[in-house]
This record gives sequence, structure tokens and C-alpha cells, in this order.
Amino acid sequence: MATLKELSVRKDPLTGGHRACAGCGFPQIVRMVCLASKDPIVVVSATGCLEVTTTIFPYSAWTVPFLHNAFENAAATLSGVEAAYKAFLKKGKIAKKINFIAFGGDGGTYDIGLQSLSGAMERGHNLLYVCYNNQAYMNTSIQRSGATPKGANTTTEPAGKVKQGKVQRQKDLTEIMVAHNIPYAAQATVGYWADLVRKAEKAFSIDGPRFINVLQPCRLGWVYKPEETMSISRLAADTCFWPLYEVENGKYKVTLKPKEKKPIIEFLKSQDRFRHLFNPKNETILVEIQKEIDYNWEKLLAKEAK
Amino acid sequence: MITVAKTGNEAMAEAMRQINPDVVAAYPITPATEIVMIFAKYVADGLVDTEYIPVESEHSAMSACVGAASAGARVMTGTSSQGLALMYEILPIASALRLPIIMCEVNRAISGPINIHCDHSDTMAARDFGWIQIFSENTQEAYDNLLQAVRIAEDKRVMLPIMVTTDGFIISHGMEKLEMIEDPIVKEYIGEKKPEYSLLDIEKPTTVGALDLTDYYFEHKMPVIEAMKNAKDVILEVGKDFEKKFGRQYGFYEKYKLDDAEFAVVVLGSASGTAKVAIDQLRASGVKAGMLKIRVFRPFPAEEIAKELTGKKAIAVMDRSDSFNTCGGPVFTEIRSALFDSQNKPSITNFVYGLGGRDINVEQIKNIFESIRNVGKVPVVNYIGVRQ
Amino acid sequence: MSKLMNWKELPPCDTLAAKTAEAFETGDWRMGEKPVWHPEICIHCMICWISCPDSSVTVKDGKMTGFDYKHCKGCGICAKECPTKPNKAITMEKE
Ligand code: SF4
Ligand code: SF4
Repeated sequence: MATLKELSVRKDPLTGGHRACAGCGFPQIVRMVCLASKDPIVVVSATGCLEVTTTIFPYSAWTVPFLHNAFENAAATLSGVEAAYKAFLKKGKIAKKINFIAFGGDGGTYDIGLQSLSGAMERGHNLLYVCYNNQAYMNTSIQRSGATPKGANTTTEPAGKVKQGKVQRQKDLTEIMVAHNIPYAAQATVGYWADLVRKAEKAFSIDGPRFINVLQPCRLGWVYKPEETMSISRLAADTCFWPLYEVENGKYKVTLKPKEKKPIIEFLKSQDRFRHLFNPKNETILVEIQKEIDYNWEKLLAKEAK
Repeated sequence: MITVAKTGNEAMAEAMRQINPDVVAAYPITPATEIVMIFAKYVADGLVDTEYIPVESEHSAMSACVGAASAGARVMTGTSSQGLALMYEILPIASALRLPIIMCEVNRAISGPINIHCDHSDTMAARDFGWIQIFSENTQEAYDNLLQAVRIAEDKRVMLPIMVTTDGFIISHGMEKLEMIEDPIVKEYIGEKKPEYSLLDIEKPTTVGALDLTDYYFEHKMPVIEAMKNAKDVILEVGKDFEKKFGRQYGFYEKYKLDDAEFAVVVLGSASGTAKVAIDQLRASGVKAGMLKIRVFRPFPAEEIAKELTGKKAIAVMDRSDSFNTCGGPVFTEIRSALFDSQNKPSITNFVYGLGGRDINVEQIKNIFESIRNVGKVPVVNYIGVRQ
Repeated sequence: MSKLMNWKELPPCDTLAAKTAEAFETGDWRMGEKPVWHPEICIHCMICWISCPDSSVTVKDGKMTGFDYKHCKGCGICAKECPTKPNKAITMEKE
């Protein structure tokens, strides 16, 4: 893996001056992924925090070619860019290698963009799709998404007198991508930057459709102090709330096995979105969440052992 | 010229083969499916160099077209009805980004009820998205229009997406005589695409599709409005050049026995063939009947049409879709508005016809003429061919 | 960019030049605290640089050189992530 020193002499895809919240987590995801590419890159983004904060006309924070089309179609849009590139390669109008990257939030990836993503993956385009997953529609004020975990407080499924935030579990998008039989799918989180950079590097070394699901704490929606973005992110992996793993040609590899699996309450209590769960009457929910995490973790380890 | 017999869909597919676009992204839908099927075979047989993307929906088809066109590619697609409706969200993005995407659109009724036959409700609902819209009466026009579309859309003064339409089944599946231009001549005629920008230009990175707040959105709409104005000049120039090279004449509209007519119908698409027969019969019986067949609906040639129609006694505007505005179909409201400033304006009546593929025949069109000859006898908006 | 462009002055085709956000100074978002670098403690591990959301840790030839205060939003991530012990090479201090 390239060292941080080596990465630091590459071209940062973003400048300062974008309007992401102080302490946001997605600009680092973008930087880590893009810096991992030795070759030039072209970026497409779904509508969402990333696109909105980095391209307020006439100020673009992008230093690399960037296209935004709409909310649900980043994968389809990038598949068109990639097809044009192939056409130009064939005609000898372009020669250099370019890596194609799409970024979408969890709304634009898990929910409204799932069909477009699935289609692009099935067609086998040579591109990397990265979901910066902050587990709700943060750009439009913290509405629930298919990625929102059980018990989280959101504005469209808030905690109240009779309901304790989201009732359902999050869907397992990484496994849905694995089920597309793509050559590379992975889960990462921004606080474990070395793991993410290594996964991005690996993704760029492989041809075909690739997917990385990156958990990104959001200080606005998760409600914590801005300096804690990276540390809370690591807590998600240390509690196995968000296991770090990769699946290369069907072969599972867990890339972080906490020496001592921390209890989930350590992660939950670090953010106000779960505060209501610590009301004594909600203890059963905490127990349930821990159980599910333990079950999923064992299941993942079993897949790796196969 | 090579004379062949082709359906509208086959003619469009042949034109696509000759255009040999860099990228085609499309999804099957009746009655446009065949265009893509034929083209896919051309790809499979190596007759074109195109990167063909068999997407999972029309939404993704148009999205991929935007991506490919932003990368500087010459891009085509084909669709109909619900497929076009699924693209609606992305159509104005294509025009705002000034991407000259070329679409074969086969006019078909919009659901519901679901119906696979011709009317213009799909294309008319897409009229305000900054796309140039060209209607074809027959297979020959579909072919010629598609070739001209490349030149119009990619002209530096225009740089707008374009849809060339045929009428579902009536033209798309109707076999007709087609004069095809030889492959190398088409290649030379359309030339190489020279894009304004390309996402693949690594040396000159560009941000495309930025967010506008209240301070810039309005300004960004103005160039599209200006380009539409320019498109009027370019459409005429390209039409003249086409006539010079290949002998067939194209403008904003076609006049049929219009100049000395007292009564005229305004028609788009395949029904104009039927109208011509009706007009010949009426002329034979001494009625000064005529027709204005609109070819270009966007940009709308309002001034030019007003000049043609002013001074007539009465005009019947035939709409193959309704606006549900209670006061007339989309063509009618355009024509009425176009004539508002004329000194000597005719009476104008609207006839909505043919929804969901309902046939329109010569007798009905003769009845339309009969109605407008008795000015004031019929309502302003009429629905013909429907059981009342 | 103080003067608003009229529509004829816009870049063509709704494009926008790269890096123009550099002219937008988000430094004034800081809420009274800024990161301060202590070079004598710094081990140039670059963790602050990779962790900064605003590309506001400046580096040269693989070494940390300070901050871009024009854009730094004062989030404090760099100070929290700096690994040196017992004293950190970055501290958040009153402006
Ligand atoms: S305080 Fe935040 S924005 Fe400023 S340099 Fe440190 S990490 Fe970057
Ligand atoms: S994290 Fe601390 S030690 Fe590492 S480079 Fe930054 S200031 Fe220096």
C-alpha cells in the first residue's frame, strides 16, 4: 500500500472551500479513494451532500473531471461515460488509462439508486462505485433510508412515546452487491483510513464492476462533537456494528477482527441519535441489537472460514 | 440513392447504422423496440463501431446517454410512451448541459389505460424540456429527419438534444418505399462530432452539472432559450443543404395546397397523408381546402406559421393528444397564440382525434372541413372519432 | 467572485472550471478555535492530513507544514487524531 507520504504528493481531488459541515466525514472518503488511484480519474456523483457542498456555482471544489446528473442514476451515468471511453479507445481517440468512480450517499445507493446500481454492476462496466453511507438522508434533514439502523432517530421515523426510532433493520447492500458476482465488493469506514485506502487500491487493480460501502459518521444526523468523526467511525468497526471485510471473486476476507469485541452500547451511546434507547424501558431493544450484531458477525466469520 | 422497402423502425435503424454513433443506450418498449433490436444485430455483426449499453430501464438509458455525451461521444437512443415518460426527469438535464443526444421516438399513447398504439401524448408531454422535436409523416421523412438531426443538434449555435418522431405502428411498422443515401455519403454528410467539452479531458478538468442557487439558475436557462432560437436558423440551413445534396425539401412545415386555400387543417405526423387525400377530394368538388403539416414543433415556428395562416377564412387544428386544460390540445394553443397578433386572423377550431391509436379516415377529415366552413356552428374544442 | 456574471458571461454548456472553490473562504466558519501546530513534537506521520475534511492541512514533499486557515473550519479532527504522546503536535486554541 502507498504510504501517506506517497499519497500526499498525489493530486488531492478536492480543494478547501467546499461547504460540507465542519467535521464532516465524506470529503475524507473521497480523498482516500481518489488518492489511491495512480491513474487519472473521472468522478460522477449522485445528488446528495457531496455534490451539493462541492459544486455550488460558481465554486467547484473538484480538481478532477466531475459530473453530476441526478439522484438515482450515478451508476448508469458513469456507465455511459465508461462506454464513451471504450468507444474512443477503440477508435484510437484516447490512449491513457482512466479510472472511473461514482460516489453516492446511502439514499442514492441503497434506495432510489439501487436499480441503476444493480444494472451497471450486472452489465459489467469497468467502474468503481463508492457509497458514502451515513445511514440517512442527511442532505435533506435526516430522513430514514434503507441504510438507517434499527433504533436510530430520524426525522421521518422519530423516537416518540410509542415508537423508538426505526423499527426495521438496515438492508445489507454489500451482500446484495456480492450477489451480483462482481469481482470485488468491500465494506470499509473512514476512521480506518489505511484499510479504506488499501481496499480502494485493490479495487483499482481489478477490472470490471467494483463496489465499496464506506460507513461515514455524520455529525449532523448522528449528533456528536465534530472532532469525533474518525473515532466514532472506528468504534463502529470495533463493536462489529460495521464489520470491515472484502469479497474478492467470491472469497471473503474480514480485514479487521477486533481483539476484544466492544459492546454495542459503546457505539450507541456515542451519538444522540440512539439516546432514547438508553431509557430503561428500552433495554430489550439494546439486547436485541447486540444479539443481531453477534449473529451477523458469526455469520460473516463463517463465510470467511468456508 | 438506393431504393428499398422499409418500415419506419427499419428506416430509423438503418439511419442509426449509417450514423454509427459512439454510444447507444436503450431499453425495449413497444413500438420502438425494433429499432434497438435491429441495431443490436448490427452491433453483433460488427457493422457499427458503437458501444451499445443494454440498460435496465429508460431512466438509465437517458442517464447513460448524458454520461456518454458529457464524455464527448455521439450518442443515440430510441423509445416510446412510458419509456419516454421514465426519461422525463433527465431530459431537461441533457438540454441544460447542452448535450446533442439524438433520440428516435415512436409516438405512443401514455398510460392509463395502458395502450400501445399511436397518439402524441408522450412527445407532447416532453415539449417543454429544451429538446428539439421533429415529426415525420412517413418512413422517408423519418430517415431524412434522423440524418439531419445530427447536423442540427451538433451545430455549435445549437448544441441541444433532439427527438425525431414517427407515429407508432402507423409508420413504425408500415412498410413503405425508402430512398436511402449511400453509406460513405452519409458519413461525409454528418461529419465528425466536435464536442464543446469532454469529461475525459484529464488535462482540463471540468465540473459539469453544478448546483445553482437562486443567483444562477435563471442565468443558466437563458443559453438554452437562446440556443432554441438559433435552432430555427440552423434547421432551415440544414434543410436547404439537404435539399441541395439529396433533392428532398425540408423546412419547419410542409404546405399542401395551402397558398390559395380558404380553409385549412393543421396536422402533425402520419394523419397528414390522410388529410392530403381528403383535400384532393374537396378540391375536386370546388372547396378551397389546404393543409399545413408541422414538421418542427420545438422550436415552434410561430411567426412563420402565422404568416401562412393569416387571411384564411377558417383553420382546424388537429391534436393527437389533449392537454386536460379544458381549452384545447397543445398544438391548438400554440397556433392560436401564434395568430393572436395577426390583423386578419381566421377563426380557429380544435379537433382532438386519434387517441390511443383510434383511426382517422378521409371522411372524418372532410367532416372537419365541413365544420369549419360553418363558422360558429361547432364548439371551439371538438373530440372526433370518439363514441359520445 | 464578488460581481455576479450575466448569462452571456457564463462558462459554456453549464460547465464550471475546476478548483474555483479555493476562492470561497470557509475559514470564517470557525467557532473561536483554530488548530495550532507544534513542529517540535510533530513526527510527520500525515494522519492529520488524511483525516482533514477540508484539505486544510498543508503538506510539502511528504511533510506537514501547517494549516490553510483560509479554509480550515476548526472542526478539531486533526488535533484529536494526532497520535503523538503525551503532548499532541496539534492543539485547538482560542483565536
Ligand atoms: S481543524 Fe478540521 S478543518 Fe481545520 S485543519 Fe484540522 S481537521 Fe482540517
Ligand atoms: S498528525 Fe500530528 S504528528 Fe502526524 S503529521 Fe499531523 S501534526 Fe504531525
